[in-house]
Amino acid sequence: MNEIIESVKNLSIGFNSQKGKQISILRNVSTNIKKGETVGIVGESGSGKSTLALAMMGYIKQGLFPLKGECLFKSEDLLKMSSRQLEKIRGRKIAMIPQNAGQALTPNLKIGYQIDEALRLHTDLNKTERDKKISELLNKVRLPSPETMAFRYPHELSGGQQQRVAVAMALAGKPDLLLLDEPTTGLDVTTQAHVLELLRFIAKDTGTSMIYVSHDLGAIAQVSDRIVVMYAGEIVLEGPARKILKEPIHPYTYGLLKSIPKLSLAGLPDSMPGSQPQPGSINEGCSFYDRCNLAIDHCKKNSPDLEHIKELDTNVRCFNHKELINQNNNLQTSITKKTNNSEAIEVLKLKDVSISYAKQKFFDQLLNKISDQNPTVKDINIDIKKGETIALVGESGSGKSTILKSIAGLLKTKDGQIKFENDRILSSDLKMRNPNDLRAIQLIFQNPDESLNPNHTVEQILSQPLKLYFNLSGEELKKNIIDLLKKVRLGEFYMSRYPRQLSGGEKQRVAVARAFAAKPDIILCDEVTSALDVSVQAAVLNLLQQLKEDLGTTYVFVSHDLAVVRAISDRVAVLYQGRLCEIGPSQNVYKFPSHPYTEVLLGAVLEPDPDIKPKLVAEDIVEEKPPEKGCSFQGRCPRKIGDICNSEVPPWQIGENGNAIRCHINIEELASLQQ
Amino acid sequence: MLLLILKRIGLGLITLFIVSLITFVGVEVLPGDACTTYLEREAYGAALDACIKRLGLDVPAYERYLDWASNVARGDFGYSLSGEMPINEVLGPRVKNSLVLASVSILIGIPLAIVLGIITALWRDKLPDIMISTITIFSMTIPEFISATLLILIVAIWLGWLPGIVIIPSDATFYELLSNIILPVVAISMIMTAHMARMVRSSVIQVMASDYVQMAILKGVPYWKMVFRHVLPNALLPAINVVALTIAWLLGGVVVTEVVFNYPGLGRLVIESISNRDLPVVQALAIILASIYVGINLIADLMTLMLNPRLKSLQIRK
Repeated sequence: MNEIIESVKNLSIGFNSQKGKQISILRNVSTNIKKGETVGIVGESGSGKSTLALAMMGYIKQGLFPLKGECLFKSEDLLKMSSRQLEKIRGRKIAMIPQNAGQALTPNLKIGYQIDEALRLHTDLNKTERDKKISELLNKVRLPSPETMAFRYPHELSGGQQQRVAVAMALAGKPDLLLLDEPTTGLDVTTQAHVLELLRFIAKDTGTSMIYVSHDLGAIAQVSDRIVVMYAGEIVLEGPARKILKEPIHPYTYGLLKSIPKLSLAGLPDSMPGSQPQPGSINEGCSFYDRCNLAIDHCKKNSPDLEHIKELDTNVRCFNHKELINQNNNLQTSITKKTNNSEAIEVLKLKDVSISYAKQKFFDQLLNKISDQNPTVKDINIDIKKGETIALVGESGSGKSTILKSIAGLLKTKDGQIKFENDRILSSDLKMRNPNDLRAIQLIFQNPDESLNPNHTVEQILSQPLKLYFNLSGEELKKNIIDLLKKVRLGEFYMSRYPRQLSGGEKQRVAVARAFAAKPDIILCDEVTSALDVSVQAAVLNLLQQLKEDLGTTYVFVSHDLAVVRAISDRVAVLYQGRLCEIGPSQNVYKFPSHPYTEVLLGAVLEPDPDIKPKLVAEDIVEEKPPEKGCSFQGRCPRKIGDICNSEVPPWQIGENGNAIRCHINIEELASLQQ
Repeated sequence: MLLLILKRIGLGLITLFIVSLITFVGVEVLPGDACTTYLEREAYGAALDACIKRLGLDVPAYERYLDWASNVARGDFGYSLSGEMPINEVLGPRVKNSLVLASVSILIGIPLAIVLGIITALWRDKLPDIMISTITIFSMTIPEFISATLLILIVAIWLGWLPGIVIIPSDATFYELLSNIILPVVAISMIMTAHMARMVRSSVIQVMASDYVQMAILKGVPYWKMVFRHVLPNALLPAINVVALTIAWLLGGVVVTEVVFNYPGLGRLVIESISNRDLPVVQALAIILASIYVGINLIADLMTLMLNPRLKSLQIRK
């Protein structure tokens, strides 16, 4: 257990800027990986964690180069090796499991070939032995029917299956060290929990060391023995996982943990001000100085060294870490309670809404005009009250974004009605809606990089809705823009900036401001925080809540993240395959009894706490289409009771907590089953 | 799969039908008709009547279209006015000559373009890339009629190595042709090769930057093995359609080059029949060139379908 496999010494990696300056992305990083140990490297985007991980395989991305230091694998420096030598180590001694297996598997080669390639390169097995080994490997990563799986192409598998193939491929060369670069990011919650469980099993089973790189403290907490926290290219905290997560003694880690929404607590997490400095912008002092609430003048001029704290077995880069040592009780409790100011008036009603993606092709239209009997979204009935935040949750393919698009008028409904204010039916066709209705419903998109026009300044972006809906111009327009910026806590000087000059969080604030510019009654939020870093996410959530309380706006909030939904929503609707499973006040939906699907989802949530393990109750099968009849969750339900689930749509049952559950199992029975 | 192929073929046929309509209507709306255009000042009296009778211009237009279209469908293009013989007999040797010219250009051009494209991509921004890219960009910018003229000037007149003008009967044998077509082939394939090489280059560069290539490197796959197994199949796939477009576009180059070199192919026939006002031949050529265009694109589509595992299994996801 104490043998060191790989050791990074004083590693700095950087690039040459256009002005000829050398800019470091990694600064003076040193760490050791021991045999059989799993080390989690955590940090937000731009912290240099991926660069570090790739350097540990002797791979430096194009445009970057090592400035100093070394990466010693079994006391040989990987950064000085020829590509011939590296080929002997990569895949055989150190193997990689990539972030997005869907893109990391070569599209024109079959699964079996790609695993076989690794076997041919790194083992001496002959053809029949290799074929046997491929089956074995596919079996080990728990892929169904390994024999036929080998003959399939990557695109024929689901995301979770692709990730498993990548794991099998990495295991083919029997490596001593496995490098995992965000291996579960982009997967659905249940799939993610399953893949993590598999990785834990493999670590135990084979005794392989692992380096697990992620931005997600929840995932890191589940697998790591030791955690390395990166900030702006430096290690700021390093130590045993439990210590780091329960008693973080660096203000960044402390703030990061506090900004993660918790499943167990309603209310908004504390946010950290500011954002990570750009590479090259730190000249002197501590890189966290601008955002730190413990900072003193000393920190501005002097950068702290990594200091070893013996009693905690932890390295920390902070002058004031002692102040944090006994503060850790605050980690759980400091959460802002939010007020629910929803009124009894219903502002938006979805009545029996069905939406179908099935396009009538030209020839089909001529020949047979059968309409889609099994639409993507079916029988949605939701009444949304003025001033409330209602969340739609579900995994990918649950139809949550589809419903949002229909409310916005971007997607026509097949059946049913969307009623706005006093039961007035909104046309499903955007062109038929009157300008005032268009103004009243605004949309904020997931990715502000794509939703903001890169050639417009912030001023131009914000002036468009103001001109369009309120015919403002001149001084008045400018005054309104400044007001809007103030509302989302951005200064006046942002007006002349282009989106590319803003950070992710600032961009999303501009997108929020643009939505509010129309003075809307309803704002539709489509995964608005999922492209953001955790610390920024908390800030955006707090901003949305504040604006809502000030202006009385109604939110329809779509997300796959149950903890985020718990933090912001008043009511939650759980969707599976475009059908409602459960709906009710959020504090009750997160309590039992709940719909079996809600139970599965809640069980799979990863919390940044090594003591809370996910509960895996259902298989992570991906269903392509909703079932023709019966309950939508019949295919995966762990509590399925029999044929009735396949043949009849379950009835709505109202629980004593006020949440409605659509299940054949009697609600009291469900409650006792889930105790 | 079969259904898809049939559908593509069907669409191709519809395209051809529309082209035939357009050419026919185009000829119809011109002032006068085939006979008055051809006979010009002699378009009166007995000669005109005879011509009208021979071409059947005395029946209504739609009947003539149906008649013409059904004949074309059977491979009979009618009667050439200037050659005083069936168009098929005029076309036969010309088609053969152009086919030789085009296929030799393609057979040399495509492999050369692929090799150049790969070299420039793999040695991106290094000496081989800079040299080849400069040459390709240069030859892309010179139109055929200039490069052809320059070739004649330098190779044929100054150096005297090769004949500057193709002087062979239109029914020349393949071997007679071959020695005469070197210069035309170079002139035609220059632009085409340059275009395709650029296309292949950017496609290879794009694939080299993909996650799966990085993964292959991190898996320990040796460089050249990675290039041939992981890069090229994926890089050349999207190039197929562009190659098809370039080939179709080469048809235009063939017309110009044939005229410059006095080469007895379809291209020169187009120019000749236009200046002779031989409308039936012009009509026939329009259909033939359109069919080639449609045919090449159809083949490219089918090839992409065959080679792309995503399309092959036809699992169309959103």
